[in-house]
Amino acid sequence: MNEYLRNVKLTALALLGFAVVAAVLLAGTFGLTRPSIEKSERDAKIKLIAQVLPAGGYDNDLVKTARSLPADPLLGLKKPGEYYPATLAGKPAAVVLEAIAPDGYAGEIKLLVGILPDGRLTGVRVTAHSETPGLGDYIDIAKNPWIRQFAGKSLDSPKPDDWRVKKDGGKFDSMAGATISPRAVVKAVKQALDYFARHQTELLVQEEIHGQ
Amino acid sequence: MASETRDIIVNGLWKQNPGLVQILGMCPTLAVSTSLVNGLSLGLATTLVMALANTATALVSRLVPPAVRIPAYILIIATLVTMVDLLMHAYVLQLYLVLGIYIPLIVVNCIVLARVEAYASKHGAFYSFLDGLMMGLGLSLVLAALGGLREIFGKGTLLSGIDLAFGPAANTYVIHVLPHYQGLLLAILPPGAFIGLGLLIAARNRIEQIRALPTRSTGLLPQQAA
Repeated sequence: MNEYLRNVKLTALALLGFAVVAAVLLAGTFGLTRPSIEKSERDAKIKLIAQVLPAGGYDNDLVKTARSLPADPLLGLKKPGEYYPATLAGKPAAVVLEAIAPDGYAGEIKLLVGILPDGRLTGVRVTAHSETPGLGDYIDIAKNPWIRQFAGKSLDSPKPDDWRVKKDGGKFDSMAGATISPRAVVKAVKQALDYFARHQTELLVQEEIHGQ
Repeated sequence: MASETRDIIVNGLWKQNPGLVQILGMCPTLAVSTSLVNGLSLGLATTLVMALANTATALVSRLVPPAVRIPAYILIIATLVTMVDLLMHAYVLQLYLVLGIYIPLIVVNCIVLARVEAYASKHGAFYSFLDGLMMGLGLSLVLAALGGLREIFGKGTLLSGIDLAFGPAANTYVIHVLPHYQGLLLAILPPGAFIGLGLLIAARNRIEQIRALPTRSTGLLPQQAA
């Protein structure tokens, strides 16, 4: 029996030893790589946000001046997200909102929606989705320019009733046989515009947070 | 000694090929092989992890109590995968953007654990490294073939997505094998993966069968076709 207990103890200690070594290795690697990972994540985010804004239309550091966006059903956000006010020479130039289309064919479609102070869209991009490859994934700019048709649109043009895909009697193109994904995106973009119309004053930020 | 090296190479690439003979690690194999670039990328990431995991296991296997060897091996593999993931993200960002999404998948790929348990725990560090490398390359070949097959029939192209590795200029590398092809969605969706893998396994078995025919053999005993 003593022999048995000794064995169990040794086994447990050996496993503990492995776990401790693994933890130390992981902590070390994490600490070593964190600064450069954070930098590359920030760069990637800036690139993505910059895609929905006109080049040269703003001069602030969008990620640094990001602000928190409360969870709101209009934006499809179940958790607080972020928005990115863009300013040019201290004046509000545009704002980029995070939004989620909850009713894609395969779950949520995450979006970035860029809006000018006058309510016109500067652009929309899909940042994450799991729509069917080769069928519904044309909402992604990497696959198809479909998403570009939002640039310049606003709540007045087309009219609110026309914010649908053509198959449903609206003004937005979609591909035959794959209307669920674009339908979800069109709806989410319209709701983001509705949200912007209601919260315009808070969203268009002036100089002071700009920092430089 | 040289024959040991040759055996490891032949086993990994052909005789015991993890994708076509051992049929291990099917989940990532079937899910990710939608194009040549995807398949090859996952294959190479897996190869890296297998070579490292086999070497590390061979070095410490004497310290591992037999009763808890599986948890200990999984700990080693998971630690290595996470470290590779972090280091690649930090220092080779371009490569990480292509391989990054597949790296966490490698932990759950049972081929890694299978080689650690079946080979590395009983052999020296060098041969274990070679075994991991060759098994990984064998899997990479299958993934590349399956990905290429599905891409040609599904989209009519080869090498689409290569721009993720080499920048937008690489878009010109994309080969349009079948111009004006409408695409065959079945090949891209999961059933296409099963059908494609089935065809590859059948092709390999056929080649083995032909090789085992006594007509060409020079006095050697004909091998039983499996």
